[in-house]
Amino acid sequence: MRAIVTVIGKDKVGIIAKVCVYLAERNANVLEITQNIVKGYFNMMMIIDITNIKCTPGELAGGLDELGAQIGVVAKFQREEIFESMHRI
Amino acid sequence: MITITEARQTNEMIQEENLDVRTITMGINILDCADTDEKKFCKKIYDKITTKAKDLVKTGEDIAREFGVPVVNKRISVTPVAIAASACRTDNYVKIAETLDKAAKEVGVNFIGGFSALVQKGMTESDQKLVDSAPQALAATERVCSSINVGSSRSGIDMDAVAQMGHLIKKTAELTKEQDSLGCAKFVVFCNAVEDNPFMAGAFHGVGERDCAINVGVSGPGVVKKALEEVRGADFETLCETVKKTAFRITRVGQLVAREAATRLGVPFGIIDLSLAPTPAVGDSVAEILQTMGLEQAGAPGTTAALAILNDNVKKGGIMASSYVGGLSGAFIPVSEDHGMIEAVEAGALTLEKLEAMTCVCSVGLDMIAIPGDTSAETISALIADEMAIGMVNNKTTAVRVIPVCGKGVGDTVTFGGLLGYAPIMSVNKFGCADFIKRGGRIPAPVHSFKN
Repeated sequence: MRAIVTVIGKDKVGIIAKVCVYLAERNANVLEITQNIVKGYFNMMMIIDITNIKCTPGELAGGLDELGAQIGVVAKFQREEIFESMHRI
Repeated sequence: MITITEARQTNEMIQEENLDVRTITMGINILDCADTDEKKFCKKIYDKITTKAKDLVKTGEDIAREFGVPVVNKRISVTPVAIAASACRTDNYVKIAETLDKAAKEVGVNFIGGFSALVQKGMTESDQKLVDSAPQALAATERVCSSINVGSSRSGIDMDAVAQMGHLIKKTAELTKEQDSLGCAKFVVFCNAVEDNPFMAGAFHGVGERDCAINVGVSGPGVVKKALEEVRGADFETLCETVKKTAFRITRVGQLVAREAATRLGVPFGIIDLSLAPTPAVGDSVAEILQTMGLEQAGAPGTTAALAILNDNVKKGGIMASSYVGGLSGAFIPVSEDHGMIEAVEAGALTLEKLEAMTCVCSVGLDMIAIPGDTSAETISALIADEMAIGMVNNKTTAVRVIPVCGKGVGDTVTFGGLLGYAPIMSVNKFGCADFIKRGGRIPAPVHSFKN
């Protein structure tokens, strides 16, 4: 089972590090990262494997919201199917 | 693999354009609760509803969190009470409505629909009891929604019922006058009512449905508006293609959520209802879509054509996205729930007569319209008769949800709050129609050939 993590906000040191540590601690495996910075704004999308995570997807989502708030960015977890259903026939 | 642009596009729809799953509605059959003893009947329906729907709200919240898409309402619809309760030995059905209200509160849903009767060809004793109980039931409960189907293309219109509807609405307005006649916002009169509609106030679980089903209503007028902003000035083919593609995307989200909810709740999936259902929030308005199409205000000449295009293409996109599109799918045009419609009324661009014309091509009918409190019961019945005739002749669902606000007249405004919004009181044609309504009897079904 895969999910997409999107992080958007003002760029600063350590955003990827903190998100990756959070995911690793919960046994979520990062499969792909796409990231860029436009006019000082950090924009990242990660595809992660959540098959063997230690918590429920809902808990992972809630924790990521809190982590985003701590860092000062918007971090969002969503199951991959929502994007697949919308953009793929 | 999903690209960053696609991920951003989806999230912009959700965060900035108000894409949401408007409702997950669980339809529950209560025919098996039938009993001659009212108390036993009430206990059985309470137990069945609170058992079947015990995880509904939590499931909706879990899905919203995991997929990152808001699931705004969790609701329940039940078999029309007039059918399920017909064996009960009782004078009125207010206690049954109170039981439904209690069950809704217990499981945490914000509305429960199905305090309903289907009387298109005449009333049973039970139907009459329900109609007589409805005003008091709507006043005594908070979350119960009621609907009466008074006509159909196959059966015609029961004008005796239509005549009663005016009085029912007036009485409900009177009994809830302390809340600006809010009771009327929970009551709708239908022609060609659908059995799997997940939207309130008209949701009920049809007798042709299975024991329990999950029906999902998806909405996203803001998403359609944004998409149309990008094709300003383009020809009608481009306009239609844009609406279709957008409707497709929105419906696919609904399909995903519906399947997921059905699986988790262990209940069969019924239908997706793709309805552009506005809310009072700016950017979540059907009127704004009409404006983006090139009209100065909703109600301007061209509005009916624009709405017809919108409604048809929303359906075409939705049908491609899900094999089980049902309910009322299309565009809703409520007044109080759509700030663009309210603005159009205040600007003098939109009248009740234009709204009636628009209902020939929208998905439902005259919806959430506040009218003067001194409008006569006969006039309300005649408004209903007009709307029912449109539905009957054109083989479409039409509905009337009007609120004659006690003590208020044209120029006043009424606030219902929340999703129900606020509305300026609209003027109603004052010429008499009482003799027409008093005739009684039935309007025969229309001829189904010689279409012109």
